[in-house]
This record gives sequence, C-alpha cells and structure tokens, in this order.
Amino acid sequence: MTDDRPLIDWTWIVEHLDDIWFRTGQHLSLALISVVAGFAISFALALLVLRDRRAYGPITGAAGVLYTIPSLALFAALIPITGLSTLTAVIPLTLYTLLILVRNIVAGFDAVPAEVREAADAMGMTRLARLRRIELPLAIPLIVAGLRLATVSTIGLVMVVTLIGNNFGGLGLFIKEGIQAFFATKVYVGALLSVGLAVLADVVLVRVERGLTPWARARAERAVG
Amino acid sequence: MIADTLAWLADPAHWQGTDGIPTRLVEHVWISVAAVVVALAIALPLGAFIGHTGKGAGLAINVANIGRAIPSYAVLVIVLPISLRFNPDIGLDVIPTFTAMTVLAIPPVLVNAYAGIREVDRDLVESARGMGMREREILTGVELPIALPVVVGGIRTAAVQVVATATLGAVVAYGGLGRYLIDGIARNELDRLFAGVVLVAGLALLVEGAFALLQRRLTSPGLRESGPRPFRRVAELPRGASEIAGR
Repeated sequence: MTDDRPLIDWTWIVEHLDDIWFRTGQHLSLALISVVAGFAISFALALLVLRDRRAYGPITGAAGVLYTIPSLALFAALIPITGLSTLTAVIPLTLYTLLILVRNIVAGFDAVPAEVREAADAMGMTRLARLRRIELPLAIPLIVAGLRLATVSTIGLVMVVTLIGNNFGGLGLFIKEGIQAFFATKVYVGALLSVGLAVLADVVLVRVERGLTPWARARAERAVG
Repeated sequence: MIADTLAWLADPAHWQGTDGIPTRLVEHVWISVAAVVVALAIALPLGAFIGHTGKGAGLAINVANIGRAIPSYAVLVIVLPISLRFNPDIGLDVIPTFTAMTVLAIPPVLVNAYAGIREVDRDLVESARGMGMREREILTGVELPIALPVVVGGIRTAAVQVVATATLGAVVAYGGLGRYLIDGIARNELDRLFAGVVLVAGLALLVEGAFALLQRRLTSPGLRESGPRPFRRVAELPRGASEIAGR
C-alpha cells in the first residue's frame, strides 16, 4: 500500500488467475458446507417446533446467544478443541446460520393460511403429504429469505476464518497477505471478490425462489410497493 | 483453561496501562457508539421519510440488501489503502474501523425504520389526516410511537452487531477488545485469547439485554395489551431480515 504502486496492479491479477480461482472455490465450498449443514439442522429443529410450540423459546434463545458471540471469538475458542481443522471453521459458521434459518422456517410454515391447511385435511391428505405438498411450497418465500441472509452472512464470515489460520485459504487469505505485504491489489482482489460472491449468491437464491414459486410473483410485486 | 482465563482477568496488571482492559473497553465502546450514532443520523430520517411517503422504498430495500452482502472485513480493508494515503495518522486504524462499523449499522436501522412506519395501520394514518393533523404531526405523533419497538429493534441489531464486529478493528491496528483476540492468537497466549472472548461476548450480550429491556419499555401499552395478533411475527421479520454479513 505504498504510494508508488497503483491501487490495482492488473499484471499481478492476470498472472495469478489460477490462484484466485482456487481460493474463490475454497471460499465458496466452506460457505456452502456450512449453510447446507445449518439448513439441515435448522429444518429438523423447525419441525420440532411445529410439533411442540414450547420448544421455540429455548431453541431460538440458545441460537440467539450463539449468534451474539463474535465470530472471531468463537473461531478462536474452538482452536484448543478442534485444532486448525476444517471443523474449526465449519462449526461456528454452521451455528451462526441456525438463528436466522430456524426463525424463518418456522415463520414460513406459520404463514400458511389455516384455511389452506384445513382444505388439505378435508381432501384426506396425510400429515406428511400436507407438509410436503402444501405447506412446504407455501413456506418457500420465507425459507429462501432466511437462506439468503444465512448464505450472504456466511460468505462474509469465511473471510474472518483466515485470521485464525492460513490453511483455511479462501479469499480472506489474499487480504491477510496483502496487508502483511502492504500490497493493495491483493487486498482488493480478496475484498471485492467476496462482495461479488455474496451478491451473486443472493441473486441466484432470488432466482431459485422465483422458479419454485411462480404463483407468488404477482403477490410479491404488490407487497413491495 | 477456565481457571487460566479467570486468572488472566483477575491479574491487576491487566487492568492498567494502554493495553489494560479499561483502555481497551473504552476504545471498543467509543468506536461502536460513534458508528451507531452516525448511522442513526443517516438512516433514521431516511427510513422515516421513505416509510411515511412510500417514496424510494424499492431503492432503500435494494441498498439495504447490498449493504447486507458486504462483509465488514471487506469494507475495512477496502477503506484502508485509501485512508492511509489521505491521513497516515488515523487512516491506519480509526477511519477504516469507523467506516466499516457505520456501513454495518446503517441497513438494519434503515430497514426497520422504514418497515416499522410502513406497517402502521393505514386507516390510522388516514383518520389522523382526517382529524386535520399535519404530515409532520402524523409522523411524530402517530406513526413513530407505534413503530417505535420495531425501530428500536433495528437499532438493537445494529448495536449488537457493531459491538461484536468492532473486534475486527484490531486487524488494522485499532485497539478495542479485539486486540486480545488478535494478540492472543499471534502470541499463542490462550489465556489472553479467552479473556478477550469472554469480554467481547459479555459486552455484546449486555448490549443485547439492555436493548431488549428498552424495547419492552418503549412498546406503547395500547399495543402491548392487544394480545397475540396474527401479524406480530411478520412485524418481527425486519429484525431478522436485516441481520447482516461479516461480523
């Protein structure tokens, strides 16, 4: 970051495209593993809440306390237990998704109108069929809203993982190396790509939601205005 | 492990000097308060205007969404090289940390101010207008009091996230409680590291608790006693919807 070098050194970028590509992949896969694991756990917890409402308070309370712990602190706290393994990165990332996901999945199922549920019952649907074919599709907008938040925030958090150990790689490593070497280009490559990755993931999930809920588009457009 | 951490925290040597807990705590709180106050000054009037008039709602949601997607760590390091050229004294630590924390705090405040006011029953606003209230009076006398819990919810999210994320300031030479985490890792001193974890998590939980209390106090009794309304949960969504990236 010395004054004589330009903020963006394009030659460096062109020469290191392989490296950039590799670390972007690392970044994305860490985020993906965490969000998928978080979604699986959250979905199970949400189903538990739907069976027994009393579970909602304790589950979101516990997830809320976890969410409040700073990421850097949680990563650091795991080092003595899991060492510098992938688990040290994935466990906190997964835990952070729980609050957002459980809350949104439950809210999604709650948003299903009671009449619709009764109509499904009247048609003789089993509880499982009702869940899968009626409630789940109607809950998708809020579930995807939760997934968007979880994914975007996880992509941001993966950057922090690098502060704990270099072997996690990801785009955060460019930033770390860039700061250490006072080389702004590396910093910008890491920072801007992670922002781009987050925005891209958000756009993809919006598309997924639109694809899954073609009927909701007209309603959503009215609600925004 | 726990005993070591407690011993570190109890050591009087760690309670004085420029690397002492009081100094670090003040640094941490100072930058957090400054960032949240500036974010409020920007986002509250904007959110209130958008909520009241309905103008620019799409833009506000998009800005908040993009803001949410930008990790604080990224903001920190994007600002750093520029601010360093601009002012070598505070460009290395204060400016990047402050900017990143402000960017982090704006979206939840903006979204909740907008959504809180937007959710106020339009019939209520119309009847206030019918009673001859001016637009400004409607906003301050009707919409804001009703929206207050949601608005404060946004400030709560912002404040907790900022307090938790200000630890990242230590990455760019700023002080604050994050110092103990970064130095603890760098020097391989686990007691220092865990003391930092305890202090930051404790501070964040304290802020969360204080705001939860405040939020309950500020809920108008009329709203509190109306019992479980079907849309209460939806009203809580903006808080979830603004929980942000890259703490």
